[in-house]
Amino acid sequence: MRVVQADHLTFTYSGAPKPSIQEISFDISPGEFVVLTGPSGCGKTTICRCLNGLIPNFYSGEFTGELIVDGMNVKDHTTAEMATHVGLVFQNPENQLFSLSIERDVAFGPENLGLSREETRKRVDWALEVTGITDLKDKPPYELSGGQQQRAAIAAVLAMQPKVIILDEPTSFLDPKSALEILGVISDLNRRLGITIILVEHRLDLVSKHANRVIVMDDGKIVLDGTPRNVYGEQARLIGIGLPRVTTLFNLLQKEGLQFSRVPTTVDEAAHELRKMLAR
Amino acid sequence: MSLKVFDGFKFAKLPTPIHMMDPRAKFIMTIGIFSAALLFSNIYALIVIFLVQLPIVYAARTWKKWAGSMRAGVFLAVLIFVMNFVFGSTFVFSAAMTLRFVSLMSAFSIFFMTTSPDDLGLALEQARVPYTLSFTFTTAVRLVPTMALDAQTVIDAQRSRGLELDRGNLMKRIRNYIPILIPLIVSAIRRSIELAEALESRGFGASPNRQPLIVLRMKTTDYLVVALTFLMIGFAVYVYLRVPLPTPDIAITMPKIFPWL
Amino acid sequence: MIQTEELKYAYPSSADVLRGINLTINDGEFVAIMGENGAGKTTLVKTFNGLLLPTAGTVKVDGVNTRESSVAKLSKDVGLVFQNPDHQLFSETVKEELAFSLRNFGYREDTIERRVATILETLDLTRYAESSPFVLSGGERKRVALAAVLVWNPKHIILDEPTIGQDYQQKDRLRNFIVQLNAQGKTVIIITHDVEFVAECKPRIVLLSRGLVVGDGPAEAILSDDQLLDRSSLTRPQIGALMYQLADLGLPEGVIDVYSAERAILQTVRRRK
Repeated sequence: MRVVQADHLTFTYSGAPKPSIQEISFDISPGEFVVLTGPSGCGKTTICRCLNGLIPNFYSGEFTGELIVDGMNVKDHTTAEMATHVGLVFQNPENQLFSLSIERDVAFGPENLGLSREETRKRVDWALEVTGITDLKDKPPYELSGGQQQRAAIAAVLAMQPKVIILDEPTSFLDPKSALEILGVISDLNRRLGITIILVEHRLDLVSKHANRVIVMDDGKIVLDGTPRNVYGEQARLIGIGLPRVTTLFNLLQKEGLQFSRVPTTVDEAAHELRKMLAR
Repeated sequence: MSLKVFDGFKFAKLPTPIHMMDPRAKFIMTIGIFSAALLFSNIYALIVIFLVQLPIVYAARTWKKWAGSMRAGVFLAVLIFVMNFVFGSTFVFSAAMTLRFVSLMSAFSIFFMTTSPDDLGLALEQARVPYTLSFTFTTAVRLVPTMALDAQTVIDAQRSRGLELDRGNLMKRIRNYIPILIPLIVSAIRRSIELAEALESRGFGASPNRQPLIVLRMKTTDYLVVALTFLMIGFAVYVYLRVPLPTPDIAITMPKIFPWL
Repeated sequence: MIQTEELKYAYPSSADVLRGINLTINDGEFVAIMGENGAGKTTLVKTFNGLLLPTAGTVKVDGVNTRESSVAKLSKDVGLVFQNPDHQLFSETVKEELAFSLRNFGYREDTIERRVATILETLDLTRYAESSPFVLSGGERKRVALAAVLVWNPKHIILDEPTIGQDYQQKDRLRNFIVQLNAQGKTVIIITHDVEFVAECKPRIVLLSRGLVVGDGPAEAILSDDQLLDRSSLTRPQIGALMYQLADLGLPEGVIDVYSAERAILQTVRRRK
């Protein structure tokens, strides 16, 4: 049973001269950790919006093709109905957290669903614990660091208990250390709780070690889809996505005649390969 | 351009008895002061009404911010005084009207400084105001400090491009605010759209039966405050109807320079 | 030259954000100011063009004490590009947007026409000259904001977080452009936390932490100091982390960019043969 099924998905925003995404088809199985990447304007954000129902409910335009997320056809449901199946975490934590305490922000989703106070309480406590911010629950968002704010944004989405969580460039505004931490939280959600993750990211060096699949888009279409190792090749480089530096390094070394059993996508893999080669 | 006026209405969390008061009780107290200020035109009464707020400001530990908002209101206060005096009212009456304005501003400043927008929202919800309405209101209140920060950034950015806000005649100065207002409005719109997306994605409006996690409960002290306020209003009405209040024996009016006044 | 002496700054009714900064940036230098959120980076650069005046200590730009000048006057030499272009775009067309600052500075209309045309060309924005800035994409708006500051050709240019939200190609182009500006003799100061970006162009790094300078030196040195990095919420750039792991194999220290790493590895391999 696939958790996401896209079939010839095409969408043109109202008033736009051409479609933002064209003939998009892909399947995602439950528990996958998918990285969606591509140059600015390739349609990544449009796909995110389709996946949680903001398109076609919030953004109007011409929508053709089929998209089924966790058994729900996005065309037949409101964004609110989709919210219990798929959550979306945005780039800037500032505009997602608006209460004066983290606890209230995380409770917002369950409250919207009309859940009982006890159920809401349970979900809030659970979400705060999973993201590691229980001790911050009474603080206002502006007293938290960027990384803590993003954790709160994730907790707020988690409280709806979706099967799929989409994150649109969540590390954009974060410093490197916080970026690593938040990716740890996201990876934890995937490995421990089995939540399917779709992560839109430019910084492939950060996410390669967590992802089992990378989808590359360009100009509204999917051009590459596979494991990180399979995708980080010449074609990806030409499209202009930011391959991990170690991958670029090894591609250069290979051109100079050095031989490796495989091209690494992470620092640890690269260190391993170099040691092997220098020991020969 | 001073954005300090916003400080006087910005909520800050402090553990004072005023902050901890149930927002509904606090609101009734504020309306009490409001009504009393509107009821009386007598300068002595209005002085008392103003002075009554000072211990509240003290208990709420917000002297500096409150003083800031008072200072920001000086321009309007002076305007009110001048308008009254120039159009024929006595000095004392004009002063009374000014004091009335200052009391009103002060009362609401205290209210907003000591009440979190979240609690305000809860109060409105529990008063059976439709959720969309109460949410709109509290979001507006919450966004005031954020917009003030945005405004400061825009001013900084445009000044860094050579814009001088304190030069030129009146027309030029007004036109100079266009490069401030437009980015501010655009930022506000973008922010609203982002917020709306986040709200939709978390099921806003999915169910008509919201059960908020945290509920406001009136404590004994809150009921006391409400009772006290009603007593004060009763007393004020009694004084207004039955007690002749003295007026100072100085009748100063604007000299008749303008024949049409 | 931008020089600060025991620079302290505190926002009204708040604690010191800058707690005594002594910094000298010479003409034509390329400097990256880095540090954790709240360290005081943006506050610091706002003292360079007079937006904020020190609460103690001094800031001198080309010998002029900022207290004795004005933002408008200092801005002629110190151009500050803010992080969010939406905080400054307001005109009907991109051309008008670029002309704004030149009109403020009192340039003649024919000079304005010329300069605007040149900067549009330089930043590849000529086709948008008559467009409204509001219909452009995020990346294009960022370029317009940059153009709007470069148009008056300031001697010193400060960019606040220029890489946020940019994709790989945009960052690449930005990096090349910055290097070009620096080659033309301009002082370029960037505020960033993007270690990968900085590792590839290797500026002098001034590391700020809680209002004080805790590190000041070449990128290779600063980005190899784990203690400093951890304190500032930064990490080693990927290449730097790789070389560190292989330090025992005789690879040189302080290599943080791809090309230097390639050369170093090839050298080591050839030596072993």
